Amino acid sequence: MTIRTEPRRTGSPVAPQTGTPDALLLHPGEVAPGRARARAPLRREGPEKLTGEAKYADDLVFPGAWFGATVRSTEAHARLVGIDLADGFDWSTVVVATAADIPGENIVSLISDDQPVLVPVGGEIQHHAEPIALIAAPDRETLRAARRGLTIRTESLPPVFDPFASDHVFAHYEIASGDIDAGFAAAELVLEGTYRVGHQEQLYIENNAMIAVPREDGGVTLHGSLQCPYYVHKALKRALALDDVRAQVIQAETGGGFGGKEEYPSIIAIHAAILALKCSKPVRMIYDRHEDIAATTKRHPAIVTHRTGVKRDGTLVAQDIEVVMDGGAYCTLTPVVLSRGAIHAGGPYRCPNVRIRARATRTNTPPNGAFRGFGAPQTEFAAETHLNRLADALAIGPLDIRRRNVYRVGDTTPTGQVLRESVAGEEVLERAAEAAEFERLREKTARTRDDAAVDGSQSPLTSGKSRRASGIGLALAWHGAGFTGSGEVKLASVASVELTAAGGIRILTASTEMGQGTKTIFPQLVADTLGVPYEAVEIAPQDTAFVPDSGPTVASRTAMVVGGLCIKAAERLRDTVESATGRPFAEGYRDHAAKSGGVRIDQRFEPYPGIHFDDETYRGDAYPAFGWASCVAEVDVDLDTGEVAVTNVVAVDDVGRVIHQTLAEGQVEGGTLQAIGYATIEEMKLRDGRYLNDRLATYLIPTALDAPRITSILVEAPFSGAPHGAKGVGELPMDVGAPAVVAAIHDATGAWIHELPATPERILAALGVTAVAPSPTVPAGADRVEGAIEAPIVEGTDPRPDAPTDPQPLRGPQK
Amino acid sequence: MNVRLLVNGSPVELDVPGMRRLLDVLREDLGLTGTKEGCGEGECGACSVILDGQVVDACLVPISQVDGSTVRTVEGLARRAPERIGPTLDELQAAFLETGGAQCGICTPGMLMAARAWIDSDGGPDDAGIREAIAGNLCRCTGYTKIVEAIAMVARRDER
Repeated sequence: MTIRTEPRRTGSPVAPQTGTPDALLLHPGEVAPGRARARAPLRREGPEKLTGEAKYADDLVFPGAWFGATVRSTEAHARLVGIDLADGFDWSTVVVATAADIPGENIVSLISDDQPVLVPVGGEIQHHAEPIALIAAPDRETLRAARRGLTIRTESLPPVFDPFASDHVFAHYEIASGDIDAGFAAAELVLEGTYRVGHQEQLYIENNAMIAVPREDGGVTLHGSLQCPYYVHKALKRALALDDVRAQVIQAETGGGFGGKEEYPSIIAIHAAILALKCSKPVRMIYDRHEDIAATTKRHPAIVTHRTGVKRDGTLVAQDIEVVMDGGAYCTLTPVVLSRGAIHAGGPYRCPNVRIRARATRTNTPPNGAFRGFGAPQTEFAAETHLNRLADALAIGPLDIRRRNVYRVGDTTPTGQVLRESVAGEEVLERAAEAAEFERLREKTARTRDDAAVDGSQSPLTSGKSRRASGIGLALAWHGAGFTGSGEVKLASVASVELTAAGGIRILTASTEMGQGTKTIFPQLVADTLGVPYEAVEIAPQDTAFVPDSGPTVASRTAMVVGGLCIKAAERLRDTVESATGRPFAEGYRDHAAKSGGVRIDQRFEPYPGIHFDDETYRGDAYPAFGWASCVAEVDVDLDTGEVAVTNVVAVDDVGRVIHQTLAEGQVEGGTLQAIGYATIEEMKLRDGRYLNDRLATYLIPTALDAPRITSILVEAPFSGAPHGAKGVGELPMDVGAPAVVAAIHDATGAWIHELPATPERILAALGVTAVAPSPTVPAGADRVEGAIEAPIVEGTDPRPDAPTDPQPLRGPQK
Repeated sequence: MNVRLLVNGSPVELDVPGMRRLLDVLREDLGLTGTKEGCGEGECGACSVILDGQVVDACLVPISQVDGSTVRTVEGLARRAPERIGPTLDELQAAFLETGGAQCGICTPGMLMAARAWIDSDGGPDDAGIREAIAGNLCRCTGYTKIVEAIAMVARRDER
């Protein structure tokens, strides 16, 4: 099968030879603190993307291809009784597939085998968007008519929507260190709080898309928008009963992923492949936005309860944390999301006595899955907001309480991991506070509030003055680099660097480009190692027929783990060629290839020295290293409407080593805005297990007008286990933006928001009962402890009158 | 119905259903797949093209309404050069490449057309004006910072 690309390609686009813009990039040899050392190359595939030449899945043309569609449940929980095809439609013009047509196992292969490809007749439907049947037709109009003619019969079953009410537990963990009871006994203040976060949609601008093309050998080749070619490959083999060769997966240009194209593409690929094999034609499964939002995975909602003991000076002595996540209808990646959420739940702070209990349960809602941050943004929002409330109760500044508790080298985490190196929490905190002038601006916002109070306006809602309130907030986070625990060891990824017989240098990995810059930084790393120009290094297409399994493109692991493998492979290639030729690689490699043929080096992951984790006891080095991030956000809150405008953000991120400054900053800026959306406007509303705002007209993400000025500062605290020191950058900024915004809203209004997003409704509800009081600005009935602190004091949680009641005590299996 | 268009400077004549979307005509009938579909309801701006000088969402335009119109798409930005070396990026595309204004690239064609219209209407380098000009184009990767930077860079150059 050939791909016809339109318009006709006219060779690779090139950048014009005009002068480069001044003052934007450093010149070679220039060094700026925390910045890349020299001018980095331009994005490798940039010109194709900028001219419209880049081919995303829906841009690929396969002559004679049919269009595929998925028939889904409309009920959250039911038994499938039958599938009926209406009379009066010529069913011979289309292909219909049900569970009975699945050649292999009816399983979407991932962690657990609980999710079917299609619900079989007699089986249970677990969520309202669950796939029941598939249809392919030669044109869209016939497809629509066929869909109208296919109906499903069901018997309703009682649904479960409350994760606390569910008795089906996907995973649970308990992490403990020290003596929690002794910790609370020694505390001088005890504060409790419950924090809630809802679903968040990844909202890549390119919807999920997959095209299946039947092969002459009876197999199928998939072209699609995806993050992890080998996840799709594995799932295809199992459901279609294919071997390694007859299942082939090729990544098309991918218009954003953010985790949303980590596991979900497997289902679409299987669906398209079933149809393609049944109709013997290429089948296009291109989701529209409505289907993409309604059916694909979201960030897990979570309810996090903190009970924390501190000394008067702000020193943490006990943290008791309960995390409950809503997994949705199937397991997907939930155990791993929960694990990361639990490990990060205490925040980047030293505390001798910790208990973290976490569980995730099943509800009859569409399955939740991977999304940038992977459980950590949920629990770190809770940790940071709770710490700010503690600081408030102790009359300590948010910066000071963090200075007192932030991890330093030598400290031990709740899993017993000793932080031996690459610990930059303090540095990112100080640099963010300094760059944002945090203390000065915070004093200013406090004076503004005091002035308003002196005017006699107890409430800005009734005073007729100061209809806008400004505030500034700070947050700090850590993010484990790479897979959790023994994940990388189990993956045993392979990356290859090849000197081809024709004298070319080529990188082979399954690591995908989806905006981050994989195709730019890998050639950079390899070119630097080999001492050849960047342009001399090619990167092979992400095609399972050619590239080794370098693992999924997730967990901010690409630069650190796979980049490290590329460097090691290049080092071995360099040594091989240099010892054969006796000349530096750059001088001898072409001759070597001409005389001796090609050389390919396959580099397999080797455990980082001194890093050990026990999956059974959850003790040890949960991650080889952590990245550190701090964020200062400034907001204006409209006191009439409750609207929040985030006006300015300083984001400081320690990524270990900056490989490409522009690309790394792009990750920080984009992640920061996703976090601001999470904090302010991105809300999924559900009714009866169905998303109500499942369109782009109703699920809102920030526009250019909503976006603040974002200043990104990159810090380098290298990780010695990676040859280049990089720790990853993708997820860090997502952890830290939301708590900074919520802290700023408090600084502006005196209201604590306990539930994301901080919508106008929630802010007004919080303000309605908690007018801005004279200094210090703490809402009546909140957690302010006046005067001397008697120990221990257990404070209430949520000052809002309409606040949901606190969750029931944790039930179900606990370790 | 019969429709005549001037697309990126080339005259085009088509016989298509009158309610066919301009987006589908561009992508499927003319093979100009640079223009993307992100939502199909005028929210994301990925399908932005310049229609008789105005930025429009091509997913909301029935072809019957634009007979005789001039359409510019992302494919019309780069200067065509000898086949061997391919097109040369225009100043906006080059600025996006330099600043990092394109990441995953799916919003980029629409974003470039909105930016082109801003520059062509003598829009200045001020942050607020640029943000207003691209407010109908969603980007999920960049946080908009580097996109605004790229457009401002070109606007500043034009002012000189």
